[in-house]
Amino acid sequence: MTENLPRAPRPLRVLAAMSGGVDSAVAAARAVEAGHDVTGVHLALSANPQSFRTGARGCCTIEDSRDARRAADVIGIPFYVWDLAERFREDVVEDFISEYEAGRTPNPCLRCNEKIKFAALLDKALALGFDAVCTGHYATVVLNEDGSRELHRASDMAKDQSYVLGVLDEKQLAHALFPLGDTLTTKEEIRAEAEERGLAVAKKPDSHDICFIADGDTQGFLASRLGKAEGDIVDGATGEKVGTHDGAFGFTIGQRKGLRIGHPAPDGKPRYVLDISPVNNTVTVGPVEALDVSALTAIRPRWCGSTAAAPGTYTAQLRAHGGETEVFAEVVDGELRVRFTEPVRGVAPGQAIVLYDGTRVVGSATIATTTRAAAASV
Amino acid sequence: MAYLDHAATTPMLPEAAAAMTAQFAATGNASSLHAAGRRARRTVEEAREALAEALGARPSEVVFTAGGTEADNLAVKGLYWARRDADPARTRVLAGPVEHHAVLDAVHWLGEHEGADVEYLPVDRYGRVHPEDLREAIARNPDDVALATVMWANNEIGTVMPVRELAAVAREFGVPLHSDAVQAVGQLDVRFGDSGLAAMAVSGHKIGGPYGIGALLLGRDQTPVPVLHGGGQERHVRSGTLDVPAIAAFAVAAVIAAERRERFAAEIGALRDELVAAVLRAVPDAVLGGDPDDRLPANAHFSFPGCEGDSLLLLLDAQGIECSTGSACTAGVAQPSHVLLATGTDPQLARGTLRFSLGHTSTKEDVAAVAAAIGPAVERARTAGLS
Repeated sequence: MTENLPRAPRPLRVLAAMSGGVDSAVAAARAVEAGHDVTGVHLALSANPQSFRTGARGCCTIEDSRDARRAADVIGIPFYVWDLAERFREDVVEDFISEYEAGRTPNPCLRCNEKIKFAALLDKALALGFDAVCTGHYATVVLNEDGSRELHRASDMAKDQSYVLGVLDEKQLAHALFPLGDTLTTKEEIRAEAEERGLAVAKKPDSHDICFIADGDTQGFLASRLGKAEGDIVDGATGEKVGTHDGAFGFTIGQRKGLRIGHPAPDGKPRYVLDISPVNNTVTVGPVEALDVSALTAIRPRWCGSTAAAPGTYTAQLRAHGGETEVFAEVVDGELRVRFTEPVRGVAPGQAIVLYDGTRVVGSATIATTTRAAAASV
Repeated sequence: MAYLDHAATTPMLPEAAAAMTAQFAATGNASSLHAAGRRARRTVEEAREALAEALGARPSEVVFTAGGTEADNLAVKGLYWARRDADPARTRVLAGPVEHHAVLDAVHWLGEHEGADVEYLPVDRYGRVHPEDLREAIARNPDDVALATVMWANNEIGTVMPVRELAAVAREFGVPLHSDAVQAVGQLDVRFGDSGLAAMAVSGHKIGGPYGIGALLLGRDQTPVPVLHGGGQERHVRSGTLDVPAIAAFAVAAVIAAERRERFAAEIGALRDELVAAVLRAVPDAVLGGDPDDRLPANAHFSFPGCEGDSLLLLLDAQGIECSTGSACTAGVAQPSHVLLATGTDPQLARGTLRFSLGHTSTKEDVAAVAAAIGPAVERARTAGLS
C-alpha cells in the first residue's frame, strides 16, 4: 500500500515546502484536499536574494518566494518564509566548493535534501509540532504491514526523483509526504491540475540548474570562489603535457568539451578527462575507453531501511536522470564496495550511487574511488 | 480570531465606510469648475477643515497624499531639496535611527543620491531621542543642517518621543523638524498647531479610515520641492486629482479618533497592561520592549529569549492569534529589527520579538487568548530554537 499521501481520518499537521514551482504547489494543494492541516513554507536559501538569479527558475529568488506565497494564498493555507541561508551556505554551498576543490563532482540537490529539507527543515517542523514535511518530489512511499516504510521509484519512471531522495533514512522517510509520486500523471497533467486549481505557477518553467549559481556557469562560480590556478593537462598514456588549464577544480571526469588542447591525439580520437589531481593541480586526459569503470568504493552509506544492504545483486543509478546498471554490492568496514556486471563510463568521485532492489531504494553512498577496466587506466 | 495587529492596519470604522460609499455614487473632479466639480470640492474642503480641526491644524496646512509613506517622502525629500536649493551648504540630515522605513529609507536615499550627509541621532535604551542630543547635533554647525526628522511614537516598541521639546530646539536654530505621527494619532494628544513641527505625516488606515489616503501637515512657511509634479493641486506641493471618497472617509475617521481619544487611550491602555502582565506571568523571562510607562497605550512589544519570532508567529497564528514580529522583512525573511538594534538589544534576543497592537475592536477575550497561548508557544518555539 502506498503511503505518499495518507488520507484523513488521520489528519496530520503538515508543513509543505513550497519552492515557488508548480510541483510543490500542487503537492500542497493535494495535501489540503486529503484533509490535512497544511502550512506552507518557502526556504530562503540565499543570504542575498537580489544578487541571485532574476529569472523564474531555481529556488532562490524573491520572485519564487512571491510565487510560493501566491500559491499558498490561493490554496488557502498560512505561509511563511524561513531563512535557512546560513545552514544552506555551510552544508550545501561550501561543501559543493570544497568537493570540487578536492577534484570530486558533488550533487548539491542530494545534499540539500539530506541536510536541509529533511534535516534542518524537518527538525524545526517537528519541534514546532508538525507531523510531516510535504514536497513536490516524484517518488513512492510504501507502508509495510509491520509499519516500516520503503522508498520506491515514482510510478512514472520518466519523472522519477528517487535518486535525489536516496539519502533519506527511515526516520526521515517516516515524516515525508510526496503527494505527486504515486500517481501516473504527466507534467502536462500536473500543469493542467495547477491551472484548474487557479494556481498562477501552472505555466512556470521547470528548474534545471543549480539554484545557487545564478547564470548556470559552474566554472565561473568556482573560479570566483577558488581563484585561478594554472596547471598542466597531461596525456594519461604517455605522460606528455598536452595543454594547460586555469584550475583542476573546474573539471569533471568524463568531460570532453572545454579542454583547449591545441593539437589532436596521435590517433585522432577525442580526449576526455580521466583524472583530476588537486594535489599537483594536474588534469589527466585520454581516450574514451579509458573511462570505463569496473568497480568503485563509496563512503558515507545511508540506508533507507533500518539495516545495511546484504551482499548481493542490485541495480544502481549513478547520476540524476541516469540509467540503471546491474551491480554486485557489499558493505566492508562501513564502506560500500561495488562491482559492475558490465563496465560503465564516466563515473565521477563525489557523485552519489543509489542502489535499488527492483523499484525499492536500498540506500546510497558517495563515490570515493573507481577502478578502471581498461589497461590504459590511470 | 484575536486580531492584535492594529498598528499594521485597523478595521475601518462603519462611519468612515458609510462616508466613503456615499461618495462613490457621486461624480466630480474637485478641480473642475462646473457643478459636479464644485460639489466634489466642497466635500474635500469640508473634510480638510474637519481633519485640520481634529489634528489641531489650519485647513491650509493639510496636504492630502496617498498615505503615510508618501507624506514622509514628501517631507523628507521635499524639505531637503528646498533647503539645499536656498543654501547649498545645507546638506546635513538629522534622523532618529528608529524611524519607520518610510523615513529611514528616504533619508538613506538622499545620502546615496543627493549628496546628503546623514547623521543618526543617539537614542536611549527605549529608542527615545533626547532634546539635548538634537541640540548638540545642530549646534555643531547650525548652518549646514537641511532638516531633522524624529517620529512622534515608535511603531514597533511604542516609545513616545518628546516631540514638542525637540521641535523647540529645532526652531531655535531655524531648522525644520518633520515628525511621522502615523502611529500616534488617535492614541496621543497630537496637535500640529502647537507642536512646533514644520511637517507631520498622518495616515488614514491606521485610525479606522481607508487605505491609500494620508496627509502631510505642513506649516504655511514650508515650501518643499514636490515629489509629484502635475496639475498643481494641494498648494502646488502634491499634484494629482483628489480622491474624494477616501478624503471624506479619512476626515470622518480622524474626527472620531480625536473625539474618542482620551477615553480610548485610557481603556486600551488598561487592556494593554493586562496583556503585558499576562505575558510576563506566562513567560517570566520575556523582555518588554520600549519605555514601560511613556509608550503608545495600544502597544505591547516583547522579546522572548531563545525563540525565533517567526516560529512564535506561526504557532500563535495556528491558534487564531494575529500579531506581528514588528520588524520589516527582506524578501519575506525576517531580519532583526533596526529599532531593537539601535536600542542596543542583543541581536540574538532581537530575533525573538512579537508586537501586539490593540485597537478599537480589541476585547478582554483577545487578551485571554494570548494569555492562554503564549506560554506553550514560547516553550515550543524554544525547542525549535534559532535556526
